[in-house]
Amino acid sequence: MADTIAAISTAPGEGGIGIVRVSGPGSMDIMRRVMKKCPTDIEPRHAYLGDAVSGSEDSAPEVIDKCLFIYMQAPASYTGEDMLEIQAHGSNVSLKSILGAVLDSKIAGIRMAEPGEFTKLAFLNGKMDLSQAEAVIDIIKAKSDLSLGIAEAQHEGRLSESVREIRESLLDILAEMAVDIDYPDEDYELDGSGEGSELVGKLRWVLSDVEELLDTAAIGRIAREGVRVVIAGKPNAGKSSLMNAILGEGRVIVTDVPGTTRDTVEESASLGGVPIVLVDTAGIRETGDKVEKIGVERTTRAIAAADMVILVLDGSRELDEEDSSVLGYIEHMNSNNILVVINKEDLGHSISEEAVREKLPGVRIIRTSLIGKGAQNASRRVSEEIGEIFELGKINPQETNIVTNERHIQMLKNAEMNLDEAIGMLQSGEPMEVAELSAHYAYDSLGKIIGEDVGDEVLNTVFSKFCLGK
Amino acid sequence: MKKMKNDRNAEFDIVVIGAGHAGCEAGLAAARLEMRTAVLCMDMESVAMMPCNPSIGGTGKGHLVREVDALGGEMGVNIDKTFIQSKMLNTSKGPAVHSLRAQADKHRYHFEMLKTLESTENLTLIEDEVIDLIAESGGSAGGVIARERGEITAKAVIVCTGTFLSGKIFIGDDVRESGPAGMSPAKEFGKNLAKRGFPIRRFKTGTPARMRRESLNYDEMKEQCGDENIVPFSFLNEDKDYDIEQISCWLSYTNERTHQIIMDNLEKSAMYSGNIVGVGPRYCPSIEDKVSRFRDRKRHQLFVEPEGTDTDLMYIQGMSSSLPVDVQKAFYSTIPGLENAEIVIPAYAIEYDCIDPLSLKPSLESKLMENLFCAGQFNGSSGYEEAAAQGLIAGINAAAKLRGKAPLVLRRDQAYIGVLIDDLVTKGTNEPYRIMTSRAEYRLLLRQDNADRRLTEIGREYGLVTDERYNRYRLKKKRVDEEVARLREKKTDISDFRAFLNRHGEANADETPNQSFAEILRRPMTSYEDIAEIDDETRPSLGRNEKTEVEVILKYDGYIRKQINEVEKLQSLESKRLSDNLDYNSIGGLRLEARQKLSEIKPETVGQASRISGVSPADVNVLLIYLEKMSREKNI
Repeated sequence: MADTIAAISTAPGEGGIGIVRVSGPGSMDIMRRVMKKCPTDIEPRHAYLGDAVSGSEDSAPEVIDKCLFIYMQAPASYTGEDMLEIQAHGSNVSLKSILGAVLDSKIAGIRMAEPGEFTKLAFLNGKMDLSQAEAVIDIIKAKSDLSLGIAEAQHEGRLSESVREIRESLLDILAEMAVDIDYPDEDYELDGSGEGSELVGKLRWVLSDVEELLDTAAIGRIAREGVRVVIAGKPNAGKSSLMNAILGEGRVIVTDVPGTTRDTVEESASLGGVPIVLVDTAGIRETGDKVEKIGVERTTRAIAAADMVILVLDGSRELDEEDSSVLGYIEHMNSNNILVVINKEDLGHSISEEAVREKLPGVRIIRTSLIGKGAQNASRRVSEEIGEIFELGKINPQETNIVTNERHIQMLKNAEMNLDEAIGMLQSGEPMEVAELSAHYAYDSLGKIIGEDVGDEVLNTVFSKFCLGK
Repeated sequence: MKKMKNDRNAEFDIVVIGAGHAGCEAGLAAARLEMRTAVLCMDMESVAMMPCNPSIGGTGKGHLVREVDALGGEMGVNIDKTFIQSKMLNTSKGPAVHSLRAQADKHRYHFEMLKTLESTENLTLIEDEVIDLIAESGGSAGGVIARERGEITAKAVIVCTGTFLSGKIFIGDDVRESGPAGMSPAKEFGKNLAKRGFPIRRFKTGTPARMRRESLNYDEMKEQCGDENIVPFSFLNEDKDYDIEQISCWLSYTNERTHQIIMDNLEKSAMYSGNIVGVGPRYCPSIEDKVSRFRDRKRHQLFVEPEGTDTDLMYIQGMSSSLPVDVQKAFYSTIPGLENAEIVIPAYAIEYDCIDPLSLKPSLESKLMENLFCAGQFNGSSGYEEAAAQGLIAGINAAAKLRGKAPLVLRRDQAYIGVLIDDLVTKGTNEPYRIMTSRAEYRLLLRQDNADRRLTEIGREYGLVTDERYNRYRLKKKRVDEEVARLREKKTDISDFRAFLNRHGEANADETPNQSFAEILRRPMTSYEDIAEIDDETRPSLGRNEKTEVEVILKYDGYIRKQINEVEKLQSLESKRLSDNLDYNSIGGLRLEARQKLSEIKPETVGQASRISGVSPADVNVLLIYLEKMSREKNI
């Protein structure tokens, strides 16, 4: 059966709209998993509106973005296979999340497309004419050279160094297993199966190294795409003023009428070289107004996708029900990633820091007045806090050991899954040579990150580390 | 000495050079396929000779023997006639890596194989030394020139020269031209092959000393007995009961005194003298290699193995060497049990000519000369079993070629034989190549219990599988399939199952009611024998191999499926053929390294191309597009 492949098909960077493309026999099933409330009888080549959701079968789905999606049935598609196109809002974050959800579905062996692969399929399935063939070859060549270039560049980098170290530990383990299987007569004993065995212990170390690397993926995203900061608060608390203060220009309409900002507004700024994306939200409040209701929904989605939330409170009034409902949206978050700005200090001290911390324990608080000089001050302090929270000073994409590439993340996830499987098998007493296969798949996945050929490495290690033979 | 020959008048259809394990299989296969076959050997004593260890099988190798047998080869049958000890290795692990190994009576092994050759129709055994090939004007092989008999014409030639080609033996600084076991070497053939442009190179291997049986003290060593239940190699012998008196092997260890003597005399080893140019195998290092490379090891183990029932010789496995005889005496005598050992034959290293297997097609036919096939150690492999496997395939394919039939090329997911040959002809080898289970990526599919299921149908198609073998296989397959279906269908009675778990100390295990027997078997600690306790009268009485197969099929169901899925993914690449005369330099988009490698190796399928080191996935895509483009241009 053919593979099912996926990729973001639009150029990277912020655009009005972006497309995630899926091709292969699993397209229909993936559509049903990723698009919430997908109608049962989908008409091919018709556009539908729906929410793309993340989450595996057994976790609660989380809405990523409202999207248009189109299903195309083989052979009437670009590649000639079944295809799914999801058109989302063009921010990198939502496209990556959608692609992530598609890949995480694990349906039909879904994997990342290789460079030029959609085009290659289109050609192989007779969707392109002969004259285009050479062009396709050139494209593939160019892309593979490019990726080779990148791979080479990464040879110098810390990421490949870490991956190499992890692979080396795993290689030693694989060699031990190979010796145990191929040389049962030799003088080497392997404490193999069962909970607490040496082998399980060693595999666990490797697994934790892989997981550690995966954890850096979040930092990697920040280095590349910036910190996503959502400014939340009830209507007219001063969110847009804060945003304008940080951006240094009056881009968002500021009035005294609550609910002026009905859409979320995204702006980018730079903080010491690291981009931050500011999202100004509509004020959150329960309302019957249909337009505003949509705004409220967007805000909750924006908060879900945020790295950090700045909650703006009107310090001249006591905490009221509207504030509480906003608090309700963010109280599950790590308090480290929340900054509370108590505005309108000039108009009175009606909110105590204690009252805020009672709801959000340990949270950072700034008191200010977002007019004139106060706004500038506030902007500077907010920037400092963001820098501190995300340790932006420490991020240097050239040197820091972080995973940024979606394909690398997938390979690490593969390795994680296979290692987990191998450990599980050994613990439950499954034979070692079966577990060894899973460990080997993990090793191959790691090898694909640094572009190393998997050849005789295991055997080479076997013979260099063990004294074997007749 | 080129000469024009008319095919029809050739003296033989096929000439096999060499009668070792490759030559015997090649000759028997060819003759059984009704080819008029000549098997030439340097010495009648060299027929199926075991010049190194007195055993057949082991990890990976045991799988090869089972596969040779399933295809209709001879090795399994012959060792079943002549073994003196039998052992299933790796039984503490899963059945995919269970490996059979038997100690052989070397003399009887040789003798029984000789009898088989002599009694096979269409087969003529000739003692003579081959000096050169006869090349037809069109460049294809037309027979051989032998020292005594002169021209022996044939339509195809199979080279199975083992370690005889320009053989040289090394003991300390003593170097002499010799074949294995002191036989004469073939001095001219290797040189003439090189002159004809074949890529010839030097490999080396080594063998330990042979000692007089009575001179050893067995109280000082640990006895190694055979298995109580003997499993034969051949599928033909599956229901036979073997009631033989097995002969033991003995385990002992080197110590620091041994190591001291070796280190003190290291420079006297032929390996360190610079005399040896051949490359030795890493998996079979000499004792001086082991001691000097692994200095932190306080001891190395060795096995003392009998070479037969009526011989006085004991083989010292693990202790090959090229040190001078006096040093050998000194270090061997430091080993418990060997204190007063009499060395009958000293350890030696042997160097020989072989060919770069990258010059071969997957059918084992040479790319440089049509109708010339090559097998065994000549192809850069090592080991009796590796040789036999290639010999069989070369014999089948030489016959197929003369009949105009497509060659037998086994895939990596079909057989260890496929892995062995694909590795040799696609990746090449820089040392004598030994099969290992870790070389097989589809290990769960390539089990020794199912070699017949994988290969007997294929062997039948090529004409080597007798009616007896075929009917046995069909019957076994039917019985296994039926039992698997029955166990998948049949549900357990919950109270029976609970009692079962209690008896097996697994009272807390998952006791979901209504499980099928197949599901119960998937539990790691439960065997097919175990469930007999709660099975009923519908349970058939199966043979031992049938039981194993049923158990494996059900136990590894999920993993087997996973591997089959992977195989299927790659299948489409294997079915895309690349023509011999494809000009890779004219294909735009291939990287330079890929062009060079592809032009050199000339893979037969895109699948084979994808396994060549230096050919990237992007290159494979370019090839696919190129092929597609070509086929469309044809259709326009």
